[in-house]
Amino acid sequence: MTTAVPTQLGEADTLGGGGRKLAVRCRNVVKNYGTGTSVVRALRGIDLDVYEGELLMLVGPSGCGKTTLISVIAGVLDRDQGECTVFGQDFSAMNSRQRTRFRGQTIGFVFQSFNLIPTLTIAENVSVPLLLNGVNRHAALKKAKEMLDVVGLGQRVQDTPNRLSGGQQQRVAIARALVHDPRLIVCDEPTSALDHETGHKIVELLKGVAMSGNRSLVVVTHDNRIFDFADRIAHMDDGQVDKIVGSAKELYGPNMQSAQSGGGHS
Amino acid sequence: MYFLALKMLFNDKAKFFGIVMGVTLASLVITQQGSIFVGLMARTFGVITDMNYPDIWVMDRKVQFIDDTKPLTDTKLFEVRGVPGVASAVPLYKGMIRARMDNGLFQNCNLYGLDDSTLIGGPGEMIEGNLADLRMADSVIVDVEGATDKLARAGKKPGDPKIPLKIGDTLELNDHRAVVVGISRGSRTFQSQPNIFTTYSRAVTFAPKERKLLSFVLVKAEPGENLETLRARITERTGLAAYTADQFKLLTVNYFLKYTGIPINFGIAVSLGFIIGTLITGFMFYSFTIDNLKYLGTLKAMGTSDTTLMMMILLQALSVGCIGFGIGAGAATVFGISMGGTQLAFWITWQILVLSGGAVVIICMLAAMLSVRKVVALEPAVVFKG
Ligand SMILES: Nc1ncnc2c1ncn2[C@@H]1O[C@H](COP(=O)(O)OP(=O)(O)OP(=O)(O)O)[C@@H](O)[C@H]1O
Ligand SMILES: [Mg+2]
Repeated sequence: MTTAVPTQLGEADTLGGGGRKLAVRCRNVVKNYGTGTSVVRALRGIDLDVYEGELLMLVGPSGCGKTTLISVIAGVLDRDQGECTVFGQDFSAMNSRQRTRFRGQTIGFVFQSFNLIPTLTIAENVSVPLLLNGVNRHAALKKAKEMLDVVGLGQRVQDTPNRLSGGQQQRVAIARALVHDPRLIVCDEPTSALDHETGHKIVELLKGVAMSGNRSLVVVTHDNRIFDFADRIAHMDDGQVDKIVGSAKELYGPNMQSAQSGGGHS
Repeated sequence: MYFLALKMLFNDKAKFFGIVMGVTLASLVITQQGSIFVGLMARTFGVITDMNYPDIWVMDRKVQFIDDTKPLTDTKLFEVRGVPGVASAVPLYKGMIRARMDNGLFQNCNLYGLDDSTLIGGPGEMIEGNLADLRMADSVIVDVEGATDKLARAGKKPGDPKIPLKIGDTLELNDHRAVVVGISRGSRTFQSQPNIFTTYSRAVTFAPKERKLLSFVLVKAEPGENLETLRARITERTGLAAYTADQFKLLTVNYFLKYTGIPINFGIAVSLGFIIGTLITGFMFYSFTIDNLKYLGTLKAMGTSDTTLMMMILLQALSVGCIGFGIGAGAATVFGISMGGTQLAFWITWQILVLSGGAVVIICMLAAMLSVRKVVALEPAVVFKG
């Protein structure tokens, strides 16, 4: 499933090297935190394309800038230099109102710690992106319940998040990320708060439910057991993308088994 | 989203009750202290309230408030009667007199002398006896507070309850014999002395001998007469000050506001309520926001605008404001009603409700502003931080 996908960076604006449409296009993206002597150079010239309809995993050692990069891609963090477009749109060319709106319509978020509002029912949590897009409360709740059905929680719609297990909460979060049918989903370590088996199921669900149409997924992860779900894997080190590969084997060579057990990349 | 904002608040029970308590406390203290203040202030002009007869009160120009009598010569009464537009004018004596008690002690009393023929200016309400009985020799009417307390006779043995004055009892007022012919009740005044009513001519014989004894002239205007022009005319013709009842009340209240520590004391209580309420509410509301910052950040990342977040916070603040104000002002009212029969001065007016409501709005705005600043400054990128 990964062989046909190009691993080289495309040159065209919206078309990748293989003629596929681009969801995200980053060129020489630089992001520094702080100033002066205490400056942290989190991104040092990132070049990265994400194609429509692919699941791209972003991997690399801790502190290499993965979270910073998806924050820039998702438009919640301003870059310092370079270009970055999402479906041809540049966040830095928008005012804050347009940016907020574009995020609300185009991007779904899945977080490591779920970030479900504990005082609301899971159905209400899932309805939020719809409400933000102007759907009325009744219709939003109805749609949210349908989405919860899809992730297997149709019987729990009236529960609050803290009555669910971690895996169930992440399912809710996935329902929330998908409910308004965004074209890009960004996930930061969606499985790292879960045990391996549950994490595996979550990615399975993500891949199964989210990868419909030509929706794109960017998944930041340390968890090399889920690498097999990726269409491509971008490896980062020290603020740069140093390798883009089609499978985990290419990343670690034939000795992948030992790389996994050594946990060298987490 | 606004519905969810309210649910977020209401479902956070501990915080919700804390915030509501802060607002309740503030509005309770402000409403209650404010009402007691107004109640006390209204007592300053209780005498004016009880005398609903006069359209205009005429007095010496230097009089600053109702108890500040500057006697006039009796001829002034006739001068006032001569002013065109005056339908009738009657004299009122108001002064202090000493009553000698059985045990030889003296008690200061307010003595009112009412026009002999009309008995205008009588007490608010008769509990026993008739006002007209004042026409009997040596007769006086005593108010019920005085009759049951300061002027009551001592019990038979020490420690026995006092025996209230009753009709037929006698008093010794400034060495003159007086017979109680009635018990009255009037609005409470600022003074704790008993009030004694008698006729004008008898009052001036009771009173310590002075050249001038006429305290006020009470004027009834001709029907259709404009009170403002009549007032001006009386002043012009007689050189005396003339006020409508409302103006005289205001003059009296202003005097007390200006020359007593009462407003300051209540001001302190009210400000304290405001400050404590603001602190509790502000602190609890802010910590509610801080607790929710992660979720507010999540909402922000998912596409909630700053404006929407601001409105959500404002709505949360105002809704606890309304609930807290309802409970606080309601409790103050219940308190006032339950204290109805006691000595407590309590008068809740719409102005007080507006004042404490306004204070609550300010408290909520302050609390919300703190939180809004925090939320607006929030980088949505924080949501990815564990
Ligand atoms: N708000 C910030 N202020 C200052 N430095 C920051 C900030 N956020 C991240 N950094 C630094 O930027 C670098 C990249 O951080 P980032 O969170 O993107 O790494 P990461 O690859 O997501 O790491 P991890 O795998 O631990 O989540 C790190 O050195 C980090 O310490
Ligand atoms: Mg990270």
